[in-house]
Amino acid sequence: MKKTTAIAIIGLMLGHAASAEELTIRWGTEAGYKPFMYKTSDGGLTGFDYDIGNAICAELKATCTWTEQDWDGIIPALQAEKYDAILASMNITDDRKRVVDFSERYYRIPNRFVAREDAPIDENSDLDGVVIGVQRATIQVGYLRAKWPKATIREYPTWDEVWLDLSAGRVDTAMANMIVIQDSFLTTDNGKGFVMQDTNHTDPEHFGEGTGIAVRKGETELAKKISGAIQDLRANGTYAEVNSKYFPFDVYGE
Amino acid sequence: MDLALIYDNWELFARGLQNTIILVSCSLLFGGVLAVPLAMVQAYNVPVLGKLALGYSYVFRGTPLLVQLFIIYYGLAQFETVRNSIFWPVLREPFYCALIGFSLNGAAYASEIFRGALLDVGKGYWEAAMACGMSWAAAFRRIILPIALRKSIPAYSNEVIFVLHGSVLASTITVVDILGAGRQLNGTYYVTYEGFITAAALYMAIVFTLSLVFRALEFKFLRFM
Repeated sequence: MKKTTAIAIIGLMLGHAASAEELTIRWGTEAGYKPFMYKTSDGGLTGFDYDIGNAICAELKATCTWTEQDWDGIIPALQAEKYDAILASMNITDDRKRVVDFSERYYRIPNRFVAREDAPIDENSDLDGVVIGVQRATIQVGYLRAKWPKATIREYPTWDEVWLDLSAGRVDTAMANMIVIQDSFLTTDNGKGFVMQDTNHTDPEHFGEGTGIAVRKGETELAKKISGAIQDLRANGTYAEVNSKYFPFDVYGE
Repeated sequence: MDLALIYDNWELFARGLQNTIILVSCSLLFGGVLAVPLAMVQAYNVPVLGKLALGYSYVFRGTPLLVQLFIIYYGLAQFETVRNSIFWPVLREPFYCALIGFSLNGAAYASEIFRGALLDVGKGYWEAAMACGMSWAAAFRRIILPIALRKSIPAYSNEVIFVLHGSVLASTITVVDILGAGRQLNGTYYVTYEGFITAAALYMAIVFTLSLVFRALEFKFLRFM
């Protein structure tokens, strides 16, 4: 009798210890990427990434916090342990894998050129003299440089500035993922008179396996937990629920 | 630190260095030329113009350079009339927008330095020049302005360094200056230090050269003072 009580007490203590070590995930993100991550009128975060992040935390029963960081410093700040994982629509690429580890993808969307309706870009030419706007340190930069070395590429701190200069006529075209073009440009006043071109750009050598969640190199345990949670969300319908809030089609991809 | 990475991209930094040097030297030239009349009308209390120059200097010294640059670059481009005007081929280019911003801003600071130097020129110089039969204009051009400019050299050398450091803001409007090159390197290879440290070393090298030049200038022009 005494023995079983003792075991029960030890069991309780262990159980208590386990719950005290509850998982905490500090997400790092950049909030200029509608509809994946942007700000509400009162300054709070919202978007597909935000909902997915919170759903992952609910699935893992983890406590989560969000930290904002400019895009070009988002990996350095992860390495400086300002947060534990980057949930900011970051594409999984070989270059990035050298410095961080990734979860499995949580979505994949093709990239397209966007240009003035009456001045389309001939993607089959070498784009000599064409000025292309793009956000600095994005995968589009590498792809554009490799495929159209003769084009002039201007790198901006954020997409918002790319759209400003595209509508002002300082750049002839821009390349971004379809949903970003649609939601942060074409549906705004600046986007009037512009259209997306027809070709999908998905070259895995540059655009990678899709969009994943980055963790510090070597923290495979956390990456595995997150990947598992993504699969669970796919299976239990939570993913579809979040997806339908933002997009008319399944963004997870085939 | 990946030194090989920096070495492999030396052309990028060479382009950045070139852009920074052209941008800073042209801004100083235009700003300096603009600053002399601005300083004159203020120092000698020219009606209306003196007040306008005061207002100019107040506006450009009272607001951050980054804000001025964004207003010139993104702000003006929002107006259809600006985009259809004859100025658009110039305002369209990020490089020229940076040049305009730095020149206008630099003129405001330099005019304050020159104004102080003009007021500092002793009455005796004026009297001596007049006594020799010079007109006001001749005395100003031949005696007063050269003395004032010489007196400005130490303060102005500081201003030159400020303009150089302020020029990093050009990289926020896509100009590939030294910092722009550093950011591009960091962004392309996902590194943290390499781009910034190379940029810092280049800026330090420029400042070192500048201080040598200004020391030589002071030695040459301020010897008699």
